[in-house]
Order: sequence, then structure tokens, then C-alpha cells
Amino acid sequence: MAGGSDHIVAETAARIFADLADPQTINRTQDDAWKARLWSALADAGLPLAWVPEELGGSGASLAEGFEILGVAGRYALAAPLAETLIAGWLLARAGIEAPAGAMTVAPAQPRDRITLDKDGTLSGRASGVPFAREAQHIAMLAGSTIALVAAKDCRVSDGKNLAGDAAGTVTFNRVKPIRSASAPAGFDQAALMLMGATARSIEAAGALETILSLSVAYANERVAFERKIGKFQAVQQNLARLAGETAAALTAAGSAADTIAQADEFDEAVFLEVASAKIRSAEAAAEGSAIAHQVFGAIGFTNEHVLHRFTLRMLSWRDDFGNESWWAAELGRRVAKRGADEFWPLIASR
Amino acid sequence: MSTTLRFDQIRLPPECETLRAEVRAFLAEEIAKGTFDPHRPGNGDSHNRAFSKRIGANGWIGMTWPKQYGGQERSFLERYVVTEEFRVANAPVRLHFVADRQSGPILLKYAPEHIKQDILPRICRGELCFVIGMSEPGSGSDLFAARTKATKVDGGWKINGSKIWTSNAHIADYMLGLFRTSPPTKENRRHGLTQFLVDMKTPGITVNPIIQMTGQHDFNEVVFDDAFIPDDHVMGEIDGAWKQATSELAYERSGPERFLETFYVMLEMVRALGPDPDLRSAEGLGRLVAQLHTLRRMSVSVAGMLQAGKEPVVEASIVKDVGTIWEQKLPGRVRELTAFLEPEISNRATLEEQLAFATMIAPKLTIQGGTTEILRGIIARGLGLR
Repeated sequence: MAGGSDHIVAETAARIFADLADPQTINRTQDDAWKARLWSALADAGLPLAWVPEELGGSGASLAEGFEILGVAGRYALAAPLAETLIAGWLLARAGIEAPAGAMTVAPAQPRDRITLDKDGTLSGRASGVPFAREAQHIAMLAGSTIALVAAKDCRVSDGKNLAGDAAGTVTFNRVKPIRSASAPAGFDQAALMLMGATARSIEAAGALETILSLSVAYANERVAFERKIGKFQAVQQNLARLAGETAAALTAAGSAADTIAQADEFDEAVFLEVASAKIRSAEAAAEGSAIAHQVFGAIGFTNEHVLHRFTLRMLSWRDDFGNESWWAAELGRRVAKRGADEFWPLIASR
Repeated sequence: MSTTLRFDQIRLPPECETLRAEVRAFLAEEIAKGTFDPHRPGNGDSHNRAFSKRIGANGWIGMTWPKQYGGQERSFLERYVVTEEFRVANAPVRLHFVADRQSGPILLKYAPEHIKQDILPRICRGELCFVIGMSEPGSGSDLFAARTKATKVDGGWKINGSKIWTSNAHIADYMLGLFRTSPPTKENRRHGLTQFLVDMKTPGITVNPIIQMTGQHDFNEVVFDDAFIPDDHVMGEIDGAWKQATSELAYERSGPERFLETFYVMLEMVRALGPDPDLRSAEGLGRLVAQLHTLRRMSVSVAGMLQAGKEPVVEASIVKDVGTIWEQKLPGRVRELTAFLEPEISNRATLEEQLAFATMIAPKLTIQGGTTEILRGIIARGLGLR
């Protein structure tokens, strides 16, 4: 957990999640009433628009502070469009577009989907796997070199869900007239949006793994089998040590990517290496870590009643957003190959 | 109980990059004059006395130690840069590496002043090779089962017994060895071992070679037959060696040598794949790059936290666990990813030679310096299990 007064934004987020988005409580709840209460508390604290400058209606927090919020959100397996609204606000601010109140999401959310801007200023195309599109009032989007804000009600949103049951539909834009649109800064393209989204998902996955590790260790220290706590068995200890290794890898890779973006002036080769690595490694850790945690918990962890799935299924779903790990790996591999063998180590060593 | 893992985001400071440029220039010059061939696998495990002396002359051995003992008082992050550049260049550093990484720091902490003044500057000049005497025929990972005995005599101790799997013993000038000075107690089975500095030229010491399955000679058996060690060669507390291994172990476990030992096969693979690899190879390469980058960031983080005076014991063990498993699997991944390359690629012979060597040495990577099982036990303890 963040500590000290320089993590005040993350501490605020943690307090709100503990009060209004406790995974155990949500898991027992039948309805979605908690969502509105949570969102209103987050909005009052200025968290959803943290990355929007004050003059555009946001709270003007730094990139680093926003990434810390996402780390906390991951630790609570947050099932609300906070990451999406943060990124949407950030995207709109690139073009000087004021952010509206309420939940937003971003499109495209996959590297190969394209939205086009027609001559008459309307938007057309399909964006698949757009997280929380059903719950968002607005969609911030990128069409070529144009950034636009559209009302979700003007688009067709399908009913898709991810593994964890969070809304993740396909959004179809059929000559949609944006509320506002403006040119993206020079050099800003869909790759930049994917980099930001992938970083967010990596941080959330690392946060989820931190909680999964804590839950698993606590359970192993409590559950008795064969007249011993299962945490006393070497086979279980070895598995939990591996889970710690995967958690460490995800935390480090995601933290490194966030730190790089927070310091960067532009999305250069270093940012690409860092973010691609974070997305790939956190996705691998999500798969390994989920399997180990479920093994530790046994049958109880496979029930709907138990909280573990809120973390594991969400973390496994996040692998698919903003480019899955295979897509990032192929892109990263191509770039490294193009640089050639002599430039390979210098790239690694430069970070 | 604490399951909080901490990996601070440490970036190498600018002075490290100046140093890196100097090290690269030195290595390029040494390669150009034929000191070693960077493409020949296994160099990192070989030694070259003249080369070690030239490295010492540049101030790159014992570089974090006080100047009064020949050191440079530079940071652990600067040492990190030197270590990783030598590893990646596949340079022969065996002669001085153990002394630089772990023996010197132990002497600095426990040796009497006159011994520090005598030995440490010679380590820094690249003149001395150290061997670690821990394992015995009846005790490997279970360090505290050691039975080789040190018996008190007038003015010192007489050693009898043997140490095994001692890398470098046949070329070493000194050993830092763990010997039994008292039996273990009921309350503490770790009690009774003492650390000694042993001059390998002492009468009564015999070194017998043990050839490895790769054909290399690295291991030895060292037999002690009434070998006399003077009193001032006791390092630290008598019977209390178990209290002495803490932060040094973190350095030993988390350095770049814990994931770069088979790096040459990855580099050669990038060369073999060329600028435009097929999708399967590109994806496989990308994953390996992400894993390598992540490991290095973890390892740099531990180095930075140690430099800042923290004690990331669990984090350091995690780096070695994840790092050695990775470097062990790397030859297999490279083999798969280069399986469908055109037969006439120009570096095929080099790649095959390197793969053969890396495949043969892979099993030792998760055994040397603490097995995977021991490391995971340490991690589990740190997590609050056990």
C-alpha cells in the first residue's frame, strides 16, 4: 500500500474503495446499487478526471498519481470504468477537449480496429471489446489523427461481457456526429492510445496479483489438512514462492512502464519496450498466478461465493484489452529484430 | 506476516552511463586484440590472469570498497554496470569474480586490519582468485551439516576433512571456508561452524579435480590433512558463522549474473533471425525480450535498494529464482524459435555450438549458489509461511 503524504491521491482512492467497493461485500450483493454510490464518491474526490487539467474540467493530477490510483484499483479488482474514464479524459485533453462529467470509455480498445472520420465530420467503424461501453455516458475516441467525444447513446453497443462479467461490447459507429472533435497533436496516433491502455491494464493486473498473493498466503496459514496448516507443506510453499515471483515480475514491469511514461516527453522506442514488456509479462503472470492461487484454495476458491474469482477472472480478462500479449510480443519482436543484434543489448541496458 | 513485495523503480544514474561507455570501449579493444572471442560459449567460466590484472588496473574490481584498501568507493549501481557489460560480452572473469562479489566484502567486515591491508588491494589489482569452501561430500544445500573439523592448537587451528564442488580451487590463492569448531547444540543446529580464511598454499591441502559433464574442469575436491590456519585467519565469531550471512547474500543472489549466463544464445538468435522474422519467431522473441527486460529491472531495483541501505532479502531471492529458471529455459526456447530457419544462414555453426554448450550447462544454473528449492523456502519464510 502507498504510504506517506506524497501518495495522497492513491490513499484517497484506497479509502473510497475500502468503503464502497470492498470485493467481499460486492460479491455478496445481488444488485448494482453500489456502482452509483461508488462513482459519486470517486467523482467528488476528482479521481475519474485526474488526468484532465483543471481548465478542461479535471483535477489536474500527474500521470504518476493516476497510475497509483490504478494500482489501488487493481488491488480491489475494481469493476467500474475508472481506468477507462481516466484514459478517456487524458485522450480528450490531448486535443484540448473539455471532459464531461460521468463515466467514459475509449475506442478503439484493440490495436487493429479502426474508426474513420468521414468528410462530413461523422465517424464510422467498429470497435470490439470496448470495456464498460454499456455503462459509459460518453466515448472518447481516436479516428486517424482526430480525437473526438461522442455520446454513447448515439452508437450501437452490443451486450458482450468479459470473463469476469464486466461489460465489454462491440461499439458500432454508423455516421455518428461527435459532440466535439479536434486534431490530435502531431505524431499522436492509435499506438499511443494502445500504449496508455496497455500500461493501465498492466498496473491493474499487478495490483490484483498483490491481493491474490496476500489472500493465498493468509489462507495457507489458516487452512488445516492432514493435521497441519497447508502452508507448512513444502509443495504448497514452493507454489506460493512462485506466485510471489510472478507478482514481483508483474509489479516491476508495470511500475517500470508507468514510471517511463510519467517521465517521457514522447512515445519513443524506450516507452514501447517498457509498455510492451509490461503488458506481456503481466499477462503471463496473470495466467501463472491465477492457476497457482486456485490450486492453493482448492474447491472453495472455485465457488461463486468465494472472492478469489473477482481477482483471477478480471485479471485474465485484462490480458485481452488494448492488445493481447501475443500481439505486443510480435510487435516487440519485430522491432528488436529490425534494430539488429548489435543494438539489442544497448536497448535493454538503456532502461 | 507481510506479503508486501517491494521493487522500487531504480534508474541507473548518469555516471553509470559514462562508466558503461568506458567498459564497452575497453572490451572492444580486448576483443580486437584477441584476448577472448565473444562468440565462444563458456568464456564467462574461464580465467585469464593478465586480463584480470588489466581490469583491476582500470579500477573495476572491488570498486565499491574503501580507497584505503584499493577500492574506488563507487556505488553498487556502478558495479552493476561493470558486471553486466562483462557478462554480456562473454568475457573471462572467473579469476576475480568470486573475490569481487563475495569474498572481499566478507574480509572487509570480519578480517583483522593487517589482513585487509595485505589482501584487499591485491584483489583490486586482479591478482587473487578466491574459492568458497562450503559443500562437503555429506552436506550440500544443508550447509549446517558440515563436518570438516577445525581443532584448536597452539596459535591457530588444524583442519581435517574435505570440501567438494569447489569451483576455482585449482587456480585459487585463498579459500573462505566453513569449518566445524564445535558440535551443534540441541537448541540450535546451526551453531558450531566458523568461517576461516585459508591460504591455498598451506601444507596439508590437496586439490583433486572433478571433471564436469560438459568436459570442463571447474569443480574440485579439496582435502585437508592437518592443515594449519593461524588464529588471525578466523573471520568473525567462533561457532557463530550462521549469524554472518545476511546482506552479502542479497548481492550474491540478485546480480545480473543470475539471468545472463546463457544470454549469448539469445543474442545469436537475434542475429540468425535477421531483420524480418516470421510471425512465430517474432512473437517468441518479443516474449523473451519482455521477460529479460523485466528481470533486469527487478535486479537493478534490488541493487538500488541495497545501495540505499535497505534489506530486500526476499526480493533478492525472487530475482535468483525467477532469473535462473529463465536462463535455464532460454536455450530450449531459442532451439524452438530457430528450428525452421533456412539451413544456409551465415551464423548457423556459431548458433549450434552455443546452443549445444548452453544446453549442457543449463542444469547447473538452478543449483549453483543455492538451489531453487532452498530459495523458494527462503521466499516462503519471508512471506510468513513456515
